Amino acid sequence: MTRELWKGNEAIAEAAVRAGLEAYFGYPITPQTEVLEYLSRRMPELGRTFLQAESELGAINMVYGAACAGVRVMSTSSSPGVSLMMEGLSYIAGTEIPAVLVNVMRGGPGLGNIAPSQADYSHAVHGGGHGDYFPIVLAPASVQEAIDLTVLSFDLAEKYRSICMIILDGSIGQMMEPIQMPEMKPIQRKDWEWATNGKMGKRERRILTSIYLDPYAEEVTNLRLLERWKHIQQDEVRYKEYFLDDAEFVVIGFGTAGRVALSAVRAARAQGIKVGLLRPVTVSPFPHKVIDELVQRVQGLLVVEMNTGQMLEDVRLSVKGRVPVEFYGRLGGVVPFPDEVLSEIQRVASSRLSLEVNPREEWFERMMAH
Amino acid sequence: MQKEIIIAGFGGQGVLFSGQVVAYAAMDSGRQVTWIPSYGPEMRGGTANCTIVIADNEIGSPLVKNPPLAIALNLPSFDKYEDTLQKGGTLIVNQSMVDRGAKRGDIHVILVPCNEIAEEIGDKKLMNMVAVGALLTALPEITLKDVEKALEAHLPARHKHLLPKNYEALKRGFEAAQKIPA
Repeated sequence: MTRELWKGNEAIAEAAVRAGLEAYFGYPITPQTEVLEYLSRRMPELGRTFLQAESELGAINMVYGAACAGVRVMSTSSSPGVSLMMEGLSYIAGTEIPAVLVNVMRGGPGLGNIAPSQADYSHAVHGGGHGDYFPIVLAPASVQEAIDLTVLSFDLAEKYRSICMIILDGSIGQMMEPIQMPEMKPIQRKDWEWATNGKMGKRERRILTSIYLDPYAEEVTNLRLLERWKHIQQDEVRYKEYFLDDAEFVVIGFGTAGRVALSAVRAARAQGIKVGLLRPVTVSPFPHKVIDELVQRVQGLLVVEMNTGQMLEDVRLSVKGRVPVEFYGRLGGVVPFPDEVLSEIQRVASSRLSLEVNPREEWFERMMAH
Repeated sequence: MQKEIIIAGFGGQGVLFSGQVVAYAAMDSGRQVTWIPSYGPEMRGGTANCTIVIADNEIGSPLVKNPPLAIALNLPSFDKYEDTLQKGGTLIVNQSMVDRGAKRGDIHVILVPCNEIAEEIGDKKLMNMVAVGALLTALPEITLKDVEKALEAHLPARHKHLLPKNYEALKRGFEAAQKIPA
C-alpha cells in the first residue's frame, strides 16, 4: 500500500467518510475547522449530508436526530464548541443511541486560545453533560492513529449504543504524517431494533427518548447504562506500551504528551535509565488493569499531561498508594519539549521518592519556583 | 537516524510548502516523517514556520527546541534560529533578505542569495526551492533526486509545467551551498 501525507483534521474527515459516515453536522472553530471544510466538499460529492449548523447547539441536536434514525453521524468541534454541545450529548447518552464527537482541544478555560491542549480530559472522561453516563473516549497520538480510531469509533458507538468521543489536541489536527487510508466502505444503514426510521405500517411503533418521569424507570435506565459500561471496561481497553519489560520507572501520558514522552524515554534509555512508557489509547475506559500490574514491579510512575493533572487522578486510582506517583504538566496551550520530560525522568530516577507527597502540589511548587 | 529541520520566513515565501516538499521526499524514500506548521497567533505579524522530523523509527515529539538544521528565509527568522540552533548545526540563510553575517561561531551558517538565484532562473517564487536545494547539502539522507521525484509525484497536475524550473532552483541552491566552505 502506498503512503500518503495527510493533515490530522482532514485525515479524520476522510476516515469517517470511508467508515460510512452518512451525515455530518458541525460549526467552524479553530483548530478543528479543516474537518468541516474538507467534508463540505467531500460529502456532497458522494451525495451524503453535510450541514453547517447555525451553532454548535444546532449541530449536536441534528446529530441527535440523525442518530435516532440509525444513521452513521458525526460532529467535530474544539473545546468551547464542545462545551456548547454538552446538553445535546447528555440527551444522546440518555436516549442510548450511537454518535461520534471529535474534540480537537485548545487552551482554556473560556475562550482561551487555539494552541494544543489536553485540558478537556476530565470534561470528556468524567462528565461534560449532566446525568449518570459513561462515554467511550479515544485519544490518538498520531495522524494514523486518529484515522484508525475514527473508524473504530463508529463501530464502538453502535456496538454499545454509546457516545464515542475522540479527543486530540490542535497539534495532531494540524500536523501532517504519512498514513494509509482504510478501504472505502459502502454506506450500510442497519435497521437497528431501536431506530426510529419510519415503521411504514409494517411494524410496531418505536420510541426513543431520554425522559423517564418515574424515578424507578430512570434508575433501571441508569443501571442498564452501567451494565453496558462494565462490558466496555472489560473488552475495550486499548493502550500502547514502550520499553516496559525491564522498566523500573514508567512514564504515563496520552496523545501528544505521550509521544513527546516517547522521545524523552528514548533519551533516558540512552543514558542507562530503565524507564518505559505507557500511552493510554482509550482514556475511557481507562487502562486500570495494566497500571495495577505495573505497580507490582516498578519503583515509581511519572504522569505527563498538557493540563494540571486530570488523568493523574485516574492513575492514582489504579495505583492506590502502592508506589510513588510524580507529575509533570504544561498548561494553557504550551506543548512540553522532550528535554523537559527527560529532566523529570532524571529527577524521578535519582531522587528518594515518597508515597506521602501529593504529586500535583509538588509539581506546582516546582513550577512556581521557576 | 533522526533529523529535525525548522523552516521559517514571512508568510508568502512558501515556507509551509517547502517543508512539505522535504516531508514528501522523506516519506517516499521510506522514512517516518512529521510536518507541523505554526498556526494561529504565531503567524500573526507575518512570520510562518514549520518543523519537519525525519526518522527511521516511530517519531516521538514532532516539535523540537534546538534543531540541528534550519532555513531562515528572512532576518527575524535568522535572529531567532541562529540563537536556538544545536551546536554544530547548519543554518541556511536567505542572504537576499538579511543585512548581516553569522554571530555564532559554533554553527555552520550558509548564506545563499536565494531571491537573486530565483530571479536568474526567471521566477522569484522559486526562492524557497533554492533554499531547499541548499539544505540538502547538510541533509545527506535526502538527495536532490528524492526531492525531484517527490515534486513530480505530489505537485498538482496544473503545476506540472513548473517542474523543470523547480528542479533548476533546487540544483542551483545545492551548488551555491556546496561552494561555501563548511
